[in-house]
Amino acid sequence: MDLFEYQARDLFEKHGVPVLAGAVATTDAEAFTAASAMGGKVVVKAQVKVGGRGKAGGVKLAVDANDAKEKAGAILGMDIKGHTVYKVMIAQAAPIVDEYYMSILLDRSNRTFLVMASVAGGMDIEEVARTAPEKLAKVPVTAVDGISLAKAKEIVEQAKFPADIADQVADVLVKLWETFKSEDATLVEINPLVKTEDGRIIALDGKVTLDDNADFRQPTHEALVDHDSANVLEAAAKEKGLNYVKLDNGQVGIIGNGAGLVMSTLDVVAYAGEKFGGMRPANFLDIGGGASAQVMADGLSIILGDPDVKSVFVNVFGGITACDAVASGIVQALEFLGPKATKPIVVRLDGNNVVEGRAILSAANHPLVEQAETMDGAASRAAELAAK
Amino acid sequence: MAIFINSSSKVIVQGMTGSEGTKHTRRMLASGTKVVGGVTPGKGGQSVDIDGKQLPVFNTVAEAIAATGANVSVVFVPPKFAKAAVIDAIDAQMPLVVVITEGIPVHDSAYFYAYSLEKGTTQIIGPNCPGLISPEQSNVGIIPADITKRGPIGLVSKSGTLTYQMMYELRDIGFSTAVGIGGDPVIGTTHIDCLKAFQDDPDTTAIVMIGEIGGDAEERAAAFIAEYVTKPVVGYVAGFTAPEGKTMGHAGAIVSGSSGTAQGKKDALEAAGVKVGQTPSETARLMRAILGR
Repeated sequence: MDLFEYQARDLFEKHGVPVLAGAVATTDAEAFTAASAMGGKVVVKAQVKVGGRGKAGGVKLAVDANDAKEKAGAILGMDIKGHTVYKVMIAQAAPIVDEYYMSILLDRSNRTFLVMASVAGGMDIEEVARTAPEKLAKVPVTAVDGISLAKAKEIVEQAKFPADIADQVADVLVKLWETFKSEDATLVEINPLVKTEDGRIIALDGKVTLDDNADFRQPTHEALVDHDSANVLEAAAKEKGLNYVKLDNGQVGIIGNGAGLVMSTLDVVAYAGEKFGGMRPANFLDIGGGASAQVMADGLSIILGDPDVKSVFVNVFGGITACDAVASGIVQALEFLGPKATKPIVVRLDGNNVVEGRAILSAANHPLVEQAETMDGAASRAAELAAK
Repeated sequence: MAIFINSSSKVIVQGMTGSEGTKHTRRMLASGTKVVGGVTPGKGGQSVDIDGKQLPVFNTVAEAIAATGANVSVVFVPPKFAKAAVIDAIDAQMPLVVVITEGIPVHDSAYFYAYSLEKGTTQIIGPNCPGLISPEQSNVGIIPADITKRGPIGLVSKSGTLTYQMMYELRDIGFSTAVGIGGDPVIGTTHIDCLKAFQDDPDTTAIVMIGEIGGDAEERAAAFIAEYVTKPVVGYVAGFTAPEGKTMGHAGAIVSGSSGTAQGKKDALEAAGVKVGQTPSETARLMRAILGR
């Protein structure tokens, strides 16, 4: 889960990473209240999970609370690269003399954690990495070793931070590691990390990505979920515990078991769809190993509730789950749904107990259900039905 | 021969007393795997009855090894306790640990992977994987044993159900070993580890490699194939139509660069001489053409 800037700021503060005062507001009145409490100049910042908000007009300096109210009113409701602004952060303004960069992330390629730090902050760090890689220190850190103060000092020296702030920056790095570790993050990034006129080192803007697998030991993370911007179908699927992603410009609803097979199913449908006027998959839905009647009914009802969907492709390989159980699940799901099931459904079953599974579907003889022998054949038929 | 596991592998099940552990212990035994015991801390001294066979339960992996001579452990422990279970196996110098558990926090998997490197005596497969099977010899994990038989093809895949699908497509030819390495961000055994083992295995004559979007494991595997693998390899990559991943912030983008797309992986594999199928069925046909079957 990616967090909003204000949520990242709050986590930083919780773990002692120095930040400026900041408060979130969802209305211009709240923005006025927050700016009044802070006093003086404030910055009004759109809260969206996409880069480039400054250029899009989503960040404005306000001279006082009245100005903050006006600026917040203008920013709230803006569309920034397809993201609607539902919240703004009111942040204390500070005179800045220098900008740096610091992050800790999971480095998948090397199966370890990685610290990146640079004194060339404030600008596009990807640009720095490309054009001046010597200005970006990249230091692997294992989960076993972590970042001690001594290790942090080493990294800060390697990144060539000026001597007069090195100790302060090292202290920030240790606290950033604390944040990364104790919040089960896969990314914590401070960009920019700034030096203020009065010599303080402050995290001015941040990004945090949290590991959803750790939710069982992170009870406070539930409150960080963004419900405003969620797709309606995705939200409904999540409530049912389904692994569902809505795709744009698709007509063929997809249900399958196993993430790899479902991803493959999307591809096979897209290829087959080329012959039928460009039909495309409308969603990703992995019902996992279990594939009980209830799960199948939940999945089908989500997909049939998607107005974009013209046909459905159920693609199941019976491994641990036998095909006869899956077939019974489909039949029962269609009984649950009754008249709500209105779109043609192509089913491809293979693997464990496939003969029994196909027999169950044949015997049920549901008018909407068609069977196909192969994955490629089923994809083609589902695309053809969607194009009708 | 096969790779990683064979008919002489002795397997213990960490989490055998749980419902998943018991269910899959039964399936592994039924497919001929030598399961010799289980580990559940606090339940040492008990035994589990699997269809009339009494399997001893131990408190620690070290005790299990001492009593049974086990050389493979398979982990069905829930995410909350998985880190401790894998560390227990590493401390006992278990040579091969297969972690089936799905949903382990990445801080935990990164920890036990780093710990295994430090100790240098344990190979980890997974987590979040279906395990591996050398048909008619040994089956460690949850791969259905009845899909296919022993044969000359080696298979390595991130995904469970795509592994099953590919085994099914080529079921009449058979497999030396099929390894599901798992799709988590941090895994113990990579495509490259499996490719190297298959290249060195006299029972394997051709290799299927299945990848999917994310990370750069397939690109690295392609470079390895060009350099080291002389046996024919066919490939499949899932995820051409998957939407772009969530923005991981600037930091993530720097590390992964432009790699990670299905097209990039396909291109890299083809440049290394791998024939890449557009669908699983086409990939199977490419393998049949290579083997003349």
